Amino acid sequence: MSATTQTPKAKAPDSRTTSRGAQLLGDRRLPVLVTATLFIAMYIGGLSRYANYGFGEPQVFLNLFIDNGYLLVAAVGATFVILSGGIDLSVGSVIGFTTMLTAWLVEKQGLPILVVIPIALGVGAFGGFLMGYVIHNFEIQPFIVTLAGLFLFRGLCLVISKESIAIDDSSVSSMAQAQASLGMGFLSVGAIVALVVLAVAFYVLHYTRFGRRVYAIGGNEQSAMLMGLPQGGTKIAVYTVSGFCSALAGLLFTLYIQSGDPLHATGMELDAIAAVVIGGTLLTGGSGYVLGTLFGVLVLGLIKSIIQFEGTLSSWWTKIATGVLLCAFILIQRAMTTRRKT
Amino acid sequence: MTTTPRWRALTQHHLFWPVAVLVVLLLINVPFTPDFFSIKMTDGHLYGSLVSIVLFGSPLILVAVGMTLVIATGGIDLSVGAVVAITGALTCSYISDRSDQDALSGVFLAMGIGLVAAVVCGLWNGFLVARMGIQPIIATLIIMVAGRGVAQLITDGQIITINSEPYKLIGGGYWLTLPFSIFVVAAVVAVTVALTRRTALGLLVESVGGNAEASRLVGIRSRRIKIMVYVFCALCAGIAGLMISSNTSAADGNNAGLWIELDAILAVVIGGTSLLGGRFSIGGTVVGALVIQTLTTTIYTIGVPTQTNLVFKAAVVIVVCLLQSPKFRAKVFGARFGSGPGANGSGTSAATPADTTPTTAAAPKMEVS
Repeated sequence: MSATTQTPKAKAPDSRTTSRGAQLLGDRRLPVLVTATLFIAMYIGGLSRYANYGFGEPQVFLNLFIDNGYLLVAAVGATFVILSGGIDLSVGSVIGFTTMLTAWLVEKQGLPILVVIPIALGVGAFGGFLMGYVIHNFEIQPFIVTLAGLFLFRGLCLVISKESIAIDDSSVSSMAQAQASLGMGFLSVGAIVALVVLAVAFYVLHYTRFGRRVYAIGGNEQSAMLMGLPQGGTKIAVYTVSGFCSALAGLLFTLYIQSGDPLHATGMELDAIAAVVIGGTLLTGGSGYVLGTLFGVLVLGLIKSIIQFEGTLSSWWTKIATGVLLCAFILIQRAMTTRRKT
Repeated sequence: MTTTPRWRALTQHHLFWPVAVLVVLLLINVPFTPDFFSIKMTDGHLYGSLVSIVLFGSPLILVAVGMTLVIATGGIDLSVGAVVAITGALTCSYISDRSDQDALSGVFLAMGIGLVAAVVCGLWNGFLVARMGIQPIIATLIIMVAGRGVAQLITDGQIITINSEPYKLIGGGYWLTLPFSIFVVAAVVAVTVALTRRTALGLLVESVGGNAEASRLVGIRSRRIKIMVYVFCALCAGIAGLMISSNTSAADGNNAGLWIELDAILAVVIGGTSLLGGRFSIGGTVVGALVIQTLTTTIYTIGVPTQTNLVFKAAVVIVVCLLQSPKFRAKVFGARFGSGPGANGSGTSAATPADTTPTTAAAPKMEVS
């Protein structure tokens, strides 16, 4: 501040015509581009290394969506929350609870899956609504409230059953095995649902009033309030969306794995948050793109595929690679935000 | 008439509610296990429910004490669980490679290696938070995610079992009829209390948490203080990691210290330390950790199915947080507190620092989340 007042020459016009590097760093789309480039580079790297093992098959690429559809849906929900400046730790537990609830209702209660789906989605959305209500109305930090949600839903899983429940229902398995042919490969129901969710989220965030409010609150809550935006309603809605997405992700996970287990999806909230951060959404809120989240999920999925193709690497390298990527992107974000302030 | 002011002073003491919850939880056990409070002497060791609560709760107390200081500076450390796993993995893998696992020098060296690794993790967290200015929750998320992978890398994905008598002492051994880990915890707590309350260090930590920029302008090296608390927190987690791996004589990269960061944060919050930073209570944290351990023990003893443990925990978290929320109290107890002006004034001033400083109350979300 004091520097700009002392030297009026170095004001806005000068800073606008700074070097292209600085301009590039200030661009909000930069992290998304970096992630997309990283994804393409990793894919090409995989192609050149494992070309003889069938890495180039289109189906390998489509499998990224099939194997990570549930994560994509969960991460889209987390994107909403993080854009609004909050955090949701209950994602993994809600997913686990949904698999348990679905398996229990279908197998033990004999309800048809078409009845179970709306129930499961409703429970997830209601859980998110409750958390949002407490966060807004009692001004408790989102971290603590969703932490309680994490405990609650994981506990409810165990209350339903300590054992895992396999789903043998024919309609569920036919739904899980349904494939949409794309000529060169196929997509599962889960992958298609995930892509639809992504499209809807893209529309909502960028072309509706609600989406703008989410960005506004995440950017600066005080200003948003002074502008007269309905802050409470938006906040509660954001957590409801996250709860809904988590429940939907749980349903997709149930289809993917065809069982309910109280320990399913433990720690998946970290994967979801990591995907959002790698996708370039600022954790302080207010800046980011849901398309970035898609690339974040794809990068995480590609790490898993490459580790599978490599064969000699063990599963824990996934965690280490995720951590390293997370670190790199956080540092990029940091560089961006300091650049914008000056 | 003479008891009323005393009673009021007692209920407004910051340790009153945590201790009350602890006492109630302990008393709940009595109808189910009549000899709950009795402590027996067997084979020269003291046995009893109270002893085992402290014994099993000791890693949590250690981690929570470290976490208290981090939270007091307005930060949070999610990586403690991973640090527990890394320390245990390194120490056990070093000991298991020795030909003579009982050799004292080897055990000390192994523990040293483990603790150095913990300190390195703490330095990294502190560097990211204090130097790079990254939000604590995100900065520590990196080690939380990658650390378990590193721990599994060290143990090669296996559970390393060791057979070392001296190493067994720290987590499962007895000394002067009491579990040795109780002495370790007592020493760490005593040192922490002495350092923070007998020197100016505690005040500095609180001022950094209250307003880092202001304390820097006053002349406090707030960056150094921040790095120090993260290192201290990681060191506490490292000692807890030694205890956990020593108690089971095994290192499990995947499950050692799982969720301990959440339990520790919970203990801190129950103990009355505000997540906004700026004030802390080590005593409250110790009581909070004991409350959590007692809750677990109570659930076992009164015969509630163990799987409802987490639901209970969730209920406790919500109730404690709601009680601490000024807005909730205003809504629910508003009429009662409002009747007496004296009670109202002292109630709010004792409640949270957020009440007295409107600027921090306006943006608490930004600090932590």
